[in-house]
Amino acid sequence: MKIYLDNAATTPLDARVLAKMKPYLSKEYGNASSIHYMGQKNNLVLEAAREKVAEILGADSRGFIFTSGASEANNLIIKGVMLANQDKGKHLIVSAIEHPCVLQSARQLIKHGFELDIAPVTPDGLIDMPALEKLIRPDTVLVSVMAVNNEIGVIQDLKTIAKLVHDKGAYFHSDIVQAIPYLDINITDLGLDFASVSAHKFYGPKGVGLAYLNPKIKIEPLIIGGEQENGTRAGTYNIPSIVGLAEALELAYQEKTSHINKIKELRDYMLEKIKAEIPEVRLNGSLENRTPNNLNILFSRIEGEAILMDLSMKGICVSTGSACSAHNLKTSYVLEAIGLTLDNLNSNIRFTLGKFNTKKEIDYTVEALKKTVKRLRKFTPIKK
Amino acid sequence: MSLNYTKKTVQHFLHPKNVGEIKNPDATADIGNMVCGDQLSFSLKVKDGRVEDIKFLSFGCASNIATASIMTERVKGMTLEEAKNYKWQETVEELGGLPKQKIHCSILASEGLKKVIEAYEQKQLKK
Repeated sequence: MKIYLDNAATTPLDARVLAKMKPYLSKEYGNASSIHYMGQKNNLVLEAAREKVAEILGADSRGFIFTSGASEANNLIIKGVMLANQDKGKHLIVSAIEHPCVLQSARQLIKHGFELDIAPVTPDGLIDMPALEKLIRPDTVLVSVMAVNNEIGVIQDLKTIAKLVHDKGAYFHSDIVQAIPYLDINITDLGLDFASVSAHKFYGPKGVGLAYLNPKIKIEPLIIGGEQENGTRAGTYNIPSIVGLAEALELAYQEKTSHINKIKELRDYMLEKIKAEIPEVRLNGSLENRTPNNLNILFSRIEGEAILMDLSMKGICVSTGSACSAHNLKTSYVLEAIGLTLDNLNSNIRFTLGKFNTKKEIDYTVEALKKTVKRLRKFTPIKK
Repeated sequence: MSLNYTKKTVQHFLHPKNVGEIKNPDATADIGNMVCGDQLSFSLKVKDGRVEDIKFLSFGCASNIATASIMTERVKGMTLEEAKNYKWQETVEELGGLPKQKIHCSILASEGLKKVIEAYEQKQLKK
């Protein structure tokens, strides 16, 4: 039995998205920058995709550029905005629970004379607003806060944060990768100057993403050597993937209500079942301010990687923030930021549901989990 | 990151040998890895200068469990001197290799073994 509960890592490609992409992977191969008819035809396809995403995400289509994914979009925005706006200042703020591609882009800037502050979060995982307010300085150029955290699914109040940041005269960026389709993203209404998206998180293809860049704000390009995207991002337009992204985004919002209802019901069912049937468990982060696909659960006294591997042997795919599962052997800084103590940092499992999961799969998973937890607790040296 | 454990490692993770605590042990020792947070607790029974029985408890990943399992299997019956010199490389070899970032698990197991034998020797000296 294969059960995939790691949908925040990636999702399967929707068959309808693949069908839309197919012609551009074979017959319609023209370079969208070419001025002959094959190129121009694909140029229209490119611009139609741009219009589509602009309409869904609520901003001027001229602000959207296609990238290789959210990591590139976040690198471009963090570094490009800071480099291009040094007349405004050299200070930036990112939240403590940003994705590593935001955090490390920001840290890289320190080496080049920029100043970075990290905005803390509350034990619920929400931005500590008074603390953020104190950190913003007259020379702060950019503040970056993700819409939904990838580990704990906690939703930030982007509109309020954007207002605070703008009142203080800085620009606001949000990595909205995990928000689709759980939040209605209207970039203009929310007050985002910059946003980043990745297609494979909502049943689109891997290797394609989106950056929204407020056309009024200067940005230094990361990838140069071509006139694509008005010189902001060089590289041949990846038409099949761009078509896939736009289609996946459209489907995600068209089917949003049924998707959310189904996932929320399954997720709540799963949480209740786990709490009822497995002792010594606790949910990490706020349940209220959380996307309906995410559960991040502490299983006291046993180690996350062992739980993950045991479940993996039973066909179940999940993820963990335990040190043993990380390249650098470091525990999750997100769980640390929400106040988990050292003895609990290695005992967490993230379950992220997707639109293809079923109640039967949840039943199987909780049954398996019960056995896994029981087995590992039998020989843990840590007393209750 | 490749976390492709060998079949043998998986077997020892799923069906670890020598888990638990020995009743009335001759010595016990706990060891923890400051880097990743893993912990092992060993209990030891000695007879005629040899490892008569050894058991472990684990708070750790699959390879932590598997390395302790195979190592305790191998050192049973050895003289204390032999067991103390049982190298972590032998554990890795026995398992058919470990992912690079999991090598430290085998080192932790060896250090724990050494620690429990030394605890036993200390106790003997005091007698």
